[in-house]
Amino acid sequence: MRAKAFIGCLYLSLLLSLPTQAEFSGELGVEARWFPKDAQYAGQLNALQTSAFAEPEWNISPTENTRLSFIPFLRLDARDKDRTHADIREAYWLYIEDDWELLAGVNREFWGVVESRHLVNVINQIDAVENLDGEDYLGQLMLNITLQKAYGRFSFYLMPLFRERTFNGAEGRLRPALVVDNNTTRYQSRAERWHTDVALRYSHYVGDWDIGLSYFDGTSRAPRLVSNADHSRLIAYYDQIKQLAVDLQYTHQAWLWKFEGLAREGQGHRFLASVIGLEYSWFQLFDSHADLGFLIEHLYDGRDQKEAPSSYQDNDLFLGLRYSLNDIQDSAALVGLLRDLEDQSSSLRLEAERRIGSHLKLELEAQLFMNSNANPTSMAFQQDDFIVLRLSHHY
Amino acid sequence: MISQLTGNTLLLLAALALSSVSAEELEGKGYQIAERSDRSDHGFSDSTATINMVLRNAAGAESKRELEIRTLEVIDQNSGDKSLIIFSSPRDIKGTALLSFAKILDADDQWLYLPALKRVKRISSSNKSGPFVGSEFAFEDFTANELNKYTHKWLRTEPCAEFVCDVIERHPLYENSGYTRQIAWIDQSVYQMRKLEFYDRKNALLKTLEFKDYQKFQDSYWRAQRLLMHNHQTQKNTDLLYSDYHFKTGLDDNDFVKGVLKRAR
Repeated sequence: MRAKAFIGCLYLSLLLSLPTQAEFSGELGVEARWFPKDAQYAGQLNALQTSAFAEPEWNISPTENTRLSFIPFLRLDARDKDRTHADIREAYWLYIEDDWELLAGVNREFWGVVESRHLVNVINQIDAVENLDGEDYLGQLMLNITLQKAYGRFSFYLMPLFRERTFNGAEGRLRPALVVDNNTTRYQSRAERWHTDVALRYSHYVGDWDIGLSYFDGTSRAPRLVSNADHSRLIAYYDQIKQLAVDLQYTHQAWLWKFEGLAREGQGHRFLASVIGLEYSWFQLFDSHADLGFLIEHLYDGRDQKEAPSSYQDNDLFLGLRYSLNDIQDSAALVGLLRDLEDQSSSLRLEAERRIGSHLKLELEAQLFMNSNANPTSMAFQQDDFIVLRLSHHY
Repeated sequence: MISQLTGNTLLLLAALALSSVSAEELEGKGYQIAERSDRSDHGFSDSTATINMVLRNAAGAESKRELEIRTLEVIDQNSGDKSLIIFSSPRDIKGTALLSFAKILDADDQWLYLPALKRVKRISSSNKSGPFVGSEFAFEDFTANELNKYTHKWLRTEPCAEFVCDVIERHPLYENSGYTRQIAWIDQSVYQMRKLEFYDRKNALLKTLEFKDYQKFQDSYWRAQRLLMHNHQTQKNTDLLYSDYHFKTGLDDNDFVKGVLKRAR
């Protein structure tokens, strides 16, 4: 025991004795989220929800070929105890050779090209209590081997431990009518969360084309929400799925043409889902330094809404505008409208950010839900329009 | 009478012939000088450097950025070098990385890595004349240093600081440039660029870039340690202060692929 501690100390002091290769950075922030409308369900908070978060980051290169990364995350929420949570976003050891690398530990991976939905991105579980945009992810334990060849990059993933999605508690807004029980979770696999998931990915570019192909076999990151015996709560049920996915982008002058598609089995009948769209940038708008980007995407999802985790993106159109000032403060804003072409329910989202000085960043987010009662999934959010103001310190 | 006319005509013809030959000659000479300057850098193989970028507005208020630049020499004259730029400050964009494969006349290939989402995004490179991270440098000022991206014409020879310089006018041949022309001062001693003027689309003087504190690395490769860009129209300045230059570090093509962006820091 003592020997172990001694070796640990030795190791640590060895790491710390290489100050040029060790780096400490991170982010601390406070957030105010305001819901102007009264809650729809009993017990939900009204008006102001405040919280604070921290995400420190350690990056160390003990040798030229190895990297260590450690990024814990903590959020403290004043109103919703289920939103107060901690996570390890990254904690890995990475070994790098010229044409291959090996990673062991907790990491985050992002795949995909479109903006309105991250359809093919499957490695990490969504940290859903963080934000509604599904762009915050829980760390995933993995063994990852990557080969870089002249004809592309191949990545293999073994994931021995599944992470459950986070859900807002009874006090929280942006939840279904019934609270999701965070203590009871069901799995199709008998191994439950210890089922070993596997994934493969190939990615490359040829001229103006960027291509990604991926295969996933394992526990669905999205659960089906089923009601418990006395219909008082929802229980998350995770199916075993197999999915084949592709992401493509064609870049020509100021145009980006994008496609993501997947075929999935294991959740009712086999189904296809896709996002197809394009992005055009008008650079140096009216001879200024600013750029304006126009986004249009169509979302299709052929799943059976009862047999598979429900998705409100079955036949939707997304329109977006991105405005970047290209100034010293990196000021930028994005407005997006997602509209269901069948039931006309829609959602409007605004994101804006600006740096203040050299260490502070101010962000504004707002989301409105329109005609939500026409859609069984978004109906639960019809009273949940919100505005978020976030101030973070980066060091 | 006749003989006088003939004499005048001959003189005129001779003058015409002289001026047309000299236009070609001026271009030939301009190209030779630019090529000699370009050649002085051949064989550097790869390099890494740290850049402190200081942005100053007309009132003198400063803001700073720190980045690392890695460059891989591509020998083929028909394609440009590969480069990777990684930001370490301001801290909120730490880890943001830009991978560029420069082309001669075609659009460059560029990928941007956004650490917040750990996302690699292929971006349009037609934004050549747009500001690079809010600075007075345009994207093309960083990526368009390839010889064959321009026509070159020798204008004159004149003293420049402690040197004698050839003054070359160059016109961009690639699409979407924000400049009609540039005027370059290249010294006759070690063939390095000392000053570069940029003329905007209306042919008005837009910016002047000065190359200061040249140092010789590996006994062969000259690098300016300070690049000072002044915008004459907005009175804004951007300084690039280079340090930690390393050459022949062993970087290869596999260090310049989009897959490494997420761990480039």
